[in-house]
Amino acid sequence: MKTMEITVTVNGKKRTETVETRMLLSDFIREQLRLTGTHLGCEHGVCGACTVLVNGKAARSCLMLAVQADGFAIDTVESLAREDGSLHPLQQAFSDNHALQCGFCTPGFMMTLVDFLQENPNPSEGEIREAISGNLCRCTGYANIVKAVEQASQALAKQGG
Amino acid sequence: MANLIGQSFRRKEDYRFVTGTGQYVADIRMDNMAEAAFIRSTYAHARIKSIDRSAALALDDVYAVITGEDLVGKVGLMSEMESHCRLPKHIEDQIKPIMKHNVEPVLATGKVKYVGQNVVCIVAKNRYIAEDAAALVKIDYEPLPAVVDPFEALKEGAPLVQDDLDDNMQAYFHLPVGSWEEAVSKADHVIKGRFTSPRVGSNPIETRGVVASYDNRTDFLNIWSSTQMPFEIRHYVAKLLGLVEQNIRVVAPDVGGGFGPKGGLYPEEVLLAYLAKQLKRPVRWIEDRMEHMSGARHSRDQIHALEVAYTKDGTILGVKDDFVLDVGAINYFALTCAYNSAAHFRGAYKIPVFDLTCRIALTNKTPNVPYRGAGRPEVVFAMDRIVDMIARELGMDPVEVMLKNIIPAEEMPYSQGMYYKDGGELIYDSGNYPEAFEMALEMSRFKEIRANQERWRQEGKYIGIGFSSNVEGTGVGPFEGAKVSIDPSGQVILHVGSSSQGQSHETVFGQVAGDVFGVSLDRVTVKNGDTVALGYGAGTYASRSAVNAGSAAHLASVKLREKMLAVAGNVLEIAPEELTMKDGVIYAVSQPEKKITFPELAAAAAPGMRCKVPEGMDPGLEATHYFVPPTVTYSSSVHAAVVEVDIETGFVKIKNYYIVHDSGRVINPMVVEGQVQGGFAQGIGTALYEEVVHNENGQLLTGTYMDYLLPTSMEVPVAVQGEQEYYSTRNPLGVKGVGESGAISTPAAIANAVVDALAPFHVKIDRLPVSPNRVFDLLQDAQSEEVIMPK
Amino acid sequence: MKPASFEYLRPASLEEALQYLADLGEDAKIIAGGQSLIPVLNMRLSTPKYLIDIGRVEGLSYIREEDGYLAIGALTRHVELEQSPLVAKHCPLLLEAVKWIGHAQIRQRGTVGGSIAHADPSAELPCVLAALRGEIVIAHADGEETLAAEEFFLTYLLTSLQPDQMIKEVRFPVISNAAGYAFTEVARRHGDFALVEVAAVVELNENQEIALARLAAGGANPVPCVLESVEDFLIGKAADNSLLEEAGEMASESVDPDGDLHGSASYRRSLVKTLTKRALQTAIQRAGGISR
Repeated sequence: MKTMEITVTVNGKKRTETVETRMLLSDFIREQLRLTGTHLGCEHGVCGACTVLVNGKAARSCLMLAVQADGFAIDTVESLAREDGSLHPLQQAFSDNHALQCGFCTPGFMMTLVDFLQENPNPSEGEIREAISGNLCRCTGYANIVKAVEQASQALAKQGG
Repeated sequence: MANLIGQSFRRKEDYRFVTGTGQYVADIRMDNMAEAAFIRSTYAHARIKSIDRSAALALDDVYAVITGEDLVGKVGLMSEMESHCRLPKHIEDQIKPIMKHNVEPVLATGKVKYVGQNVVCIVAKNRYIAEDAAALVKIDYEPLPAVVDPFEALKEGAPLVQDDLDDNMQAYFHLPVGSWEEAVSKADHVIKGRFTSPRVGSNPIETRGVVASYDNRTDFLNIWSSTQMPFEIRHYVAKLLGLVEQNIRVVAPDVGGGFGPKGGLYPEEVLLAYLAKQLKRPVRWIEDRMEHMSGARHSRDQIHALEVAYTKDGTILGVKDDFVLDVGAINYFALTCAYNSAAHFRGAYKIPVFDLTCRIALTNKTPNVPYRGAGRPEVVFAMDRIVDMIARELGMDPVEVMLKNIIPAEEMPYSQGMYYKDGGELIYDSGNYPEAFEMALEMSRFKEIRANQERWRQEGKYIGIGFSSNVEGTGVGPFEGAKVSIDPSGQVILHVGSSSQGQSHETVFGQVAGDVFGVSLDRVTVKNGDTVALGYGAGTYASRSAVNAGSAAHLASVKLREKMLAVAGNVLEIAPEELTMKDGVIYAVSQPEKKITFPELAAAAAPGMRCKVPEGMDPGLEATHYFVPPTVTYSSSVHAAVVEVDIETGFVKIKNYYIVHDSGRVINPMVVEGQVQGGFAQGIGTALYEEVVHNENGQLLTGTYMDYLLPTSMEVPVAVQGEQEYYSTRNPLGVKGVGESGAISTPAAIANAVVDALAPFHVKIDRLPVSPNRVFDLLQDAQSEEVIMPK
Repeated sequence: MKPASFEYLRPASLEEALQYLADLGEDAKIIAGGQSLIPVLNMRLSTPKYLIDIGRVEGLSYIREEDGYLAIGALTRHVELEQSPLVAKHCPLLLEAVKWIGHAQIRQRGTVGGSIAHADPSAELPCVLAALRGEIVIAHADGEETLAAEEFFLTYLLTSLQPDQMIKEVRFPVISNAAGYAFTEVARRHGDFALVEVAAVVELNENQEIALARLAAGGANPVPCVLESVEDFLIGKAADNSLLEEAGEMASESVDPDGDLHGSASYRRSLVKTLTKRALQTAIQRAGGISR
């Protein structure tokens, strides 16, 4: 078995782990780090359910090897809520607007959006739709997700200001 | 008493989902757990000559390599779901069905019948190693002629899909309502059409998955499955493995969408249970997306050859349909989709004569099972397309023909002169279809669009508007149960037998029970998806949970409320009729200081010497109710699509979309709206993007998400919704099902809108999806055959 | 869907990477962004013995303006093109095309070198490179060479890149300020590979006649295809609707597409016509010409 030691900063905590070189970043997060909030929907880079932040930018964790993330910061959905359990504005907005049904695609959407709203804090509907077009949701028909992003962007703007 | 019902509460299940702390089957991990992978058939039809697994077994950390032959005599064969096959005698008398017994082993033996069928199972330390081992197994196949086209399959002498049958016609029925000959004799015109709804897949973003573990000390088997039907899984695992049902617990944990095909029994559920016991360790299998595309069951795949008789003013006198359903290699759900097609054909139209013949063909393809709509979108597409064709033949507006034939409100309840599949007479209980249609016309600004279309065309813009209506039997039985109890803490605990794949059970049923007990939503905990919680359960499918589980929850709560008042009366020494309850306190209306809290009452009702339950009553605060609906209740909707077609590229853009729906009494408007929008999104997939394609050898050409196209946020606009609330007369809550209606009319409405946009070219859309290439082809041969024939 | 086992190598310098390639040859595959390769590994359609991760190779991520072209390092991410002022200024056609690549998450990881090396005939960057007559700088242990796009792309997913070679830089010729440009594409869904795409650059003379035309189509032939006959035809012509029509017709006649699940050959051919017209129309407008 070909293995390698890697060090990654996951949700703010530094972790040094030995991984098989072929292990996908998504499996590393789920199986080795036991952070099961990151979901696998297609493993060929289309559905976006496995989206995490790699050095702060949204990327599909099924299209990266764990070894490629050596030395990088990885943030997953588990990083969003505060220590006291209170929700991030995006999480709150998703719930308020019924932007999730089965919840399986939700973490991937939110991680895509964390990055997007940092880049574009005041997006139009069209920009929101474009931003989430790399994430598939089979339950909601997207309408409420768009609404949730509108609410979250306003909440984040207030927080920031 | 309705404080909670009717309100858009935020969902109780959301917190764990948005924080990534839900528990889907892939998140389950146990000590010593092994992982399974399958080798699936790469042939549509082939004899298995030999399987060499020696190299795979020699690999480190490979625990088992199992073939179908290993299981012969140990694991029973899968076959049609009994619960979905039974037909009441009077329906059998009317439709004279043929239904042939068909089987599938959990791993192929002798021959493979479709690409994607399980052939070998490998259990290893982890999935990576299991896949390494899979690559080392050598399977020698002798290809057999594959039957791919259902019409070829039905021909005499076609190669047999199921070797034990005489031919590939697995099922047949004929439903006559009135006399077709008479309808033709009265008609001015008869028009023909042939409408194809191809195969699609439900594609929940969570694939399927199973974890099984066996405890030899208690001889107990635990199964977690991303299933829609945990009770059915328990039944069949017990049956196929020769076990006692109550020694098996099946849990459907958080399930990431299902939409139909996660119902029914799958080979992996049986096999993993078997292996957990054999290997004495937990085994997990998580379907990957490529397995899902071929191994998870498909749906639709119906071809309708239609004739409609009508008068020169557009009144439809009768419909005759001869249709074929391509069921793939085995039919698990008997006539479920096919009879749904029959029962929903005429929808909101008043058509006295209806003559339908159905043949179900076995082919070398993945089995075909119900998926959101389940036989309805196919016939609504056929019906509303042919209504549109009638209008265009007569030079009338399609809207005019639709309205001319719609069932008048004053004729409700309306009988379609046949039975529903549950045996009840097919009588629409409530609703107002003309009103819904008028609402849709108003909302979509139909008149304005008509007035401007010609001008837009001159500017090169091809904009069209299309309509479709449907009436849907929802809340089918046979039953669903609920058990409600008061926890010592005072919390209301509600167990329901139908489990959630995203439908909001924990919130919605909490609203139902909370209203009965007069408590807020946070004082009700709803549990579902667990076979130990309740004796019997059916599942979440067929737009049935709100109706059946909702009614069961309501009636169980009413029972318990009565008991609580009786116990409280006994404790407080006051007549129960003088008591009421609110916020977890039972008190006398006239003397509010006479009161007892739920925890106190729970203690008072507990069994033992000090039990304060009145004479003759059982101790404990617990009640169970199984709701058995008299027959289905009918929801309905009218869809209006406004599209623009790029006549050079063939691309269709949905400009606006409207849905007016009657879901009966609404428990949680936000959830209902979400169901409609979600169904609509899947309808867009069916209408414009999705198709499972096999080549002439039965090879799957749409095996990844690069080729099977699910709609994204860029393809799905907001469906503006209008609401009607005609209460159901067939359940105590007045609710109707809403899970499917969003998906049912979307393909027909969009197809009609495209035809309307392209009116100058006289195109006829008779096949889904309406892909740009197909629109291009239609425009190319726009001047093709005339289908109207003089009488 | 898990990759087969491989030896993972992570060179820090170009020299080291090239030495690995020289030593390992066909047993090795290069991974950069991985957005095309990893799906193939997950499906086990490719099972290399060695995977050479060039992601940490120094000095391969840059966008520079040099001698009339934009020199773009092989490891430059798509998102960096999107955000680059140099690209916006000197090669806005490239900017317009990049936006059609996949989705945000893909553009975050995907690299310019990767797109070019993958050589999907309906990918955006190869089409733009072909239209502009760009070049590819190829490095190997013994040195470097520069190839024209047309020498590089051989057929569907196949390039002239040898097992011991890798792309070091891609050169997109600068478009003059006076030129108009357009990138038009149709895909089944937003973010999908193109059914057909057309890249166009047009310059007009003072008489509003076409002085320069650059035109290429993707998704039509097994390689991105320069529509040279159409370019020649356009030179010296005044831009009007009938010209566009004729150019579109010529374009569709000069391609030989294969049909697949999403588009038949005749449909793709017709799209070449339509998109050529539309690309030229926009390019001419942007060049200050009048159309319609």
